[in-house]
Formats: sequence, C-alpha cells, structure tokens
Amino acid sequence: MNDVKCVCGHVNPQGTVLCEACGRALTEDAKKENLHDMRYEGSARRSQTYNKKFIDKVWNFFSSVKVGIWLIVITLIASALGTIFPQVMYIPQNVDPAQYYAEQYGTLGKIYYLLGFHDLYSSWWYLLLIASIGVSLVICSLDRVIPLYRALKNQRVNRVEGFLRRQRLYGKSTSETADADFDAVKKRLKEKKYTIREEDGNILAEKGRFSRWGPYVNHIGLIIFLIGGMLRFVPGMYVDEVLWLREGETKTIPGTHKEYVLENKKFTMELYDKEKDKEVYEKALERAGDVVKNFQSDVVLYKRDTTKTLGEDDKLEKVKEAEIRVNEPLKFEDFALYQVDYKLDEFKAMSFNFLKKEDESIKGELTIDLFDPKEEYDLGNGYKVELLGYYPDFKGFAENGEPQTDSSVPNNPAFLFNMISPEHPEGEKSFTAIRQTIEPLGETEYKMTFAGIETRNATALTVRKDLTLWILAVGGAIFMIGVIQGSYWNHRRIWLQRRGKDVFIAAHTNKNWHGIKRELAQVLNGTSIPEPADQQDDKKNIRNEGGATNGGSSETKQ
Amino acid sequence: MTDKKKRRLMIRTVILAVLMAAVAYTLYASLTKDKHAKIEVGDMAPDFVLTDMQGNKHKLSEYRGKGVFLNFWGTWCKPCEKEMPYMNNQYKAFEGQDVEILAVNLDTQDLLVKKFVDKHGLTFPILRDKTKDVMDLYGVYYLPATILVDPEGKVTDIVVGDLTEDRIRSMMESIRPK
Repeated sequence: MNDVKCVCGHVNPQGTVLCEACGRALTEDAKKENLHDMRYEGSARRSQTYNKKFIDKVWNFFSSVKVGIWLIVITLIASALGTIFPQVMYIPQNVDPAQYYAEQYGTLGKIYYLLGFHDLYSSWWYLLLIASIGVSLVICSLDRVIPLYRALKNQRVNRVEGFLRRQRLYGKSTSETADADFDAVKKRLKEKKYTIREEDGNILAEKGRFSRWGPYVNHIGLIIFLIGGMLRFVPGMYVDEVLWLREGETKTIPGTHKEYVLENKKFTMELYDKEKDKEVYEKALERAGDVVKNFQSDVVLYKRDTTKTLGEDDKLEKVKEAEIRVNEPLKFEDFALYQVDYKLDEFKAMSFNFLKKEDESIKGELTIDLFDPKEEYDLGNGYKVELLGYYPDFKGFAENGEPQTDSSVPNNPAFLFNMISPEHPEGEKSFTAIRQTIEPLGETEYKMTFAGIETRNATALTVRKDLTLWILAVGGAIFMIGVIQGSYWNHRRIWLQRRGKDVFIAAHTNKNWHGIKRELAQVLNGTSIPEPADQQDDKKNIRNEGGATNGGSSETKQ
Repeated sequence: MTDKKKRRLMIRTVILAVLMAAVAYTLYASLTKDKHAKIEVGDMAPDFVLTDMQGNKHKLSEYRGKGVFLNFWGTWCKPCEKEMPYMNNQYKAFEGQDVEILAVNLDTQDLLVKKFVDKHGLTFPILRDKTKDVMDLYGVYYLPATILVDPEGKVTDIVVGDLTEDRIRSMMESIRPK
C-alpha cells in the first residue's frame, strides 16, 4: 500500500521521485530542485525503499554503489600490498614458505605470510573480495536496470510543466505559427532519425535509448568474465604446470592425469652468427654481443594406457614427434606445451685417468655416468677402480668426517675411489671432488685425474590447458560491446509541447550536451521556436561551452 | 501488494542463494586445490606397481588384507636416514603380523640406494620410483612422508617429517589386521 499515486492517475512504486508517466515531482526534495537528476529517470531504486528482512538487508548492502566502490578500492590496495614481497611461486622451491618469509623479511614477512599475501590470488579473503565485487555488480545492476527500463518504457509524451522546467535545456516562448513550426520541426527530427511520438499535438522525439543499456551490457560481460575465472577452479578446466626435462629423460606430463609422457631428445639454444646470418644484423650484434636466435626442444609425445595400474605396463604408445619453439607450442587434445626455460650444460658424465704419480703414466681411463654410476670399473691389467662413495651434490664434510650431499642432482659431484693396482691389491683410497683431491688414509702411489666432462641441456616447458578461454573471450567481447554502446551513442530526448499560444521546449541527453544543442539549433532554425537555454550554464556558470565536459561520464551511479 | 513484496523477497532470496552458492563453491574449490595434498585420509590409496632392488614387482592392491606402511624417502634426505633404522627394527618386530613396509625411494642413481641399504642393513622392500610418478600420484612434496594404508586399502594417516620409533610402532599397530 506504499505505492505512490500521482495526480495524473499513474501509480508509481514506492520511492519514485518523478512520476513515471507525466514527470511530476513526487518528493519534496525533487520539487525544490532547480534541475532534476535524470540519471535513473527519477525511478525508485528498489533497495532504497524498504528494509525489513535479513535478505533485504543483505541485498541493500550489495546494492549500494558506495559499497561496490569501496570493495574495488580495498581489492586494489590488497593487490598492491601483494607485490611488496615475492609471491610464493617465485620463492625457491623445497623451502617452507612460512620459514622463508620470516627469515628473509623479518616480522613483516611473517605477517605477510600469515595474512595470505604470499599467495594472494588463492587467499580466501582476497577471493571473497573479488566474489563480493561480483555480487555487488549483479545486484547493483539489477536494482537499477529494472526500474530504469520501466521508467523509459512507461514514459508519456505529455509532461507537466514543472518537469520540463527542471530539465537542463529548457525554453518557453509564445508562437502564432506553432502548427507550421511543429510540422517543420517534426520533419527535421525524423530526418535526424528521431523516433517521434505525439499526444494532443505534443511531441516527444527520442533517439539512442539503447545506449542507456550500455553500462549494464558491460556489467553482464564482466560477470561472464568472472564466471570464466571461477570455472578455472573446476577440476579439468584449467592446468598450468611446469615440466623440467633433461636431454634423454622421459617424464609424465603433469596435469594430464598420467596419460601423457614426454621425452626430451634434444634442447638447443641457437645464437645469431655474424658469419652466417644476414649482414643487416652485424651492427646490432656488435653492439649487443650474443643474441639468441632460437630456443628449441625436440620432443616425443607418448600416450600411456590409463586403464592399467600406474607402473604395471611400461609400454608407451608414441603419439608424435615435435619441435617446440618459443611461441610454437606442441598441442595435443586441449593441452599445449610452451618453451619457457632452459638450463645449459648440466653434468652428465665425468671421465678420469688412472695415473701413476711417479711417472704420470696413464694406466686406464673410466667414464662415470653421474646418473647411473657403477660400483666398480675394471680397467684391465690388474687395474680396477671401486666407487666406495658417490656424493652427487657435495656440500662438505660432516663432523664425523662423512661427506655430505644435498640432493641426488649432480651439481657438484664428488667420489670416494678405491684404486686397485698390481702393487696395491687392497687398493688406495682417494676422495675426489671438483678441484679437490683428498687422500684420507695417507699418501697414495696412484691418483685419479680429471679427464673430461660430458654435459647435457635441460628444457622447461609450461603445460597449459584452459577451457575457460572462450568464456573469457565472450565476456570480454560483451564488455566491449557495452562500452561502445554506452560511449558512441547518446540517449537524446526532446519534448515539444504547447498550451494555447505558449510553446515549451525541453531536451535531455545522458551525455554530449554540445551535440544535442547543435542538433536543436539545426532543427529549430527558421522557426519561431527559440533554442532552449542551458540552465546549468545560466545558473551555475561552472561548465564551459555546452557542458561538453559532462559528455565523458557515462551512467555513473551514486 | 503484499503478494508483490513476497515475490520480490523470493526473487531476492533465490538470486542471493545462487550467488552465495557460486562464491562458496569457488572458495571451497580454491582452498582444496592445493597441489601438494592430493590424497586425504579416508581415500582409497591409489594403486601402483613399482620394482624393488631385486627386480621384483610390487603392486599395492595385492597387499589387500595387510596393513601397508608406505614411506617415501631419498638417500640425500637426513631425516629419512634418521628414521630408517627405526623402521627396520619395527619391520622385524612386526614380522608375520601382516604389516608391510614399502619404502618408495626417489633417487635417480641405483648405486646410492644400494650403498644406503647396505649401510643400514635394511630388510624391507625398497621400491624405485625414478620417474617420481608415484610420488606425484600421492601428492608427496616434502620428504620423508609416510602414508598408512589399512587392510581394506584405505588411507588412514598421512605424516610428513621424520618419525620416532614409538610413533612408527603405534602407526604400524594401527593398521595391523584385527
């Protein structure tokens, strides 16, 4: 029973400021205004009208644009704070993030970690903020677009004088030739593609109403975009992993549920060559030094029978061979493998000479595969080397004298050899690391000398699958359509009314006042109806010519 | 008019419910997506086949009816080295009681594993997971990690970090078939 019945007989929803039909001011405030706020046509924003149930309170909270803007500001500040220290994916792996942040950045780092800034996009409160923005977007839009649509649909041609007077462009004159003038204006308006409606000889000319929906179309696009982002969390929709592969290695591709396996045949980093490449590059190369021409991984893709238990059947079905270069990924199913990183010259094997110290004569040579060393290497003629200890990532000695290794990756290989010779059938012990030889049990007659190293390259590939991409694209496209719709068209209305000899003209546009003034000048040229005055210019004198500055703001809300 | 308001309230409730459900799902999905904790207590232990140092194949599902103490380790990992002798002791203590220890090793080099096993005189099967596929299957990231599998094949406990001998005993006790 709270609906408002206007003098004209139209029943408006509670909270309506200007009668939907005749434009009469319904509130005391509106009656006192010099100019009406036409942003929502004086329609009732639902949320402002009543406040009863819990649901309504929640609704009203999200319906406030003020709240929406605060949510955006808070999110922006949080995002900025998240860049102070590195995100968790950029800190060294295999360290506990909790410890790392505290050690590296002190108390601030600890707080940073505790509050979840280290993994911002996955922290619950950040997601909640983004989600709240989404909710605010939906509710704000719904709460405004529906009343606005109603108001624009229900508007009548005839408006009360008070409504016309409170439009920014308004003029009142008397005319003896109103009939002829109205006909002429009508014709010209039609030429300018206005839609004309007539009632009792009064005219409402309107064009570009659809541009009022621009911001809402834009919001729909944003919401679709957010849904796309949300779908990334649905299993199977989105994969973003990294795969490191040394040359000759074969590994399961992460994110493929163990279905696909990749072998790295070879990784090449190719530099521009002054001799071979075109002369044009010469100067640039002289200035810049080495310039990479190509990063390339030659790989073989295999498929595993996933109906079998993992490890039960080692047979892999070869799918294809491929060359992966930067921006030229290997694509299969919905996956793509991109070249992302590399490591050159990792140790693969080491060669040693078995040497008699006295005369430096070489008694034999052996090559140790650092990834598969053997227990002993027989060199013939009574010479033999036993590998008593192997420390692939040697980091020094423990207190009890035992050599320590940090991992099983041969970053700094060290060996404890037992050198067996005809003179020493029990063997002599020697500890050999890079640039370091220790004879723990005293001086030896023989020694192992470094003879060469075999290296290989490793490649890193990004494993990417994104089934949400098209949703993001659709959302983005709709977003842009909304922007274009709201930016390149204006909603213009011209009211032309007469009462006896009095002629009233009023006009409104949601932006680009300069444009509508020019249009009015052309339409009214040569008639007895004067161009309406810009009341904002007259009264406030703050806007410059035509108030064109107002043209930039679209359907900004309050 | 009250009808209209009721309808409005209903529409609002429905819209808010849909939005909240979407938000709740997103939060839930993002908080549980953690790559490094793919299996949980109560899940069926994912099946695999791995080969031990002697070349024998071990299939986890063939241990149904027995409790399996599934340990992930590497020779370079100090805490792993610390708990290995305890595991060895308890393995002997539980002999014949249908509690198995399967120690999944993640080294690349066979020699290192062999030397380690000889040094500590380990008697339980050491399974080689050179490709780290099984480690990945179990979402193991930090070593050592121990996963308890009961006689029905269900995961009953996941522990990251080294264990005391008492702890190992009570863990093995907990998966002993009744």
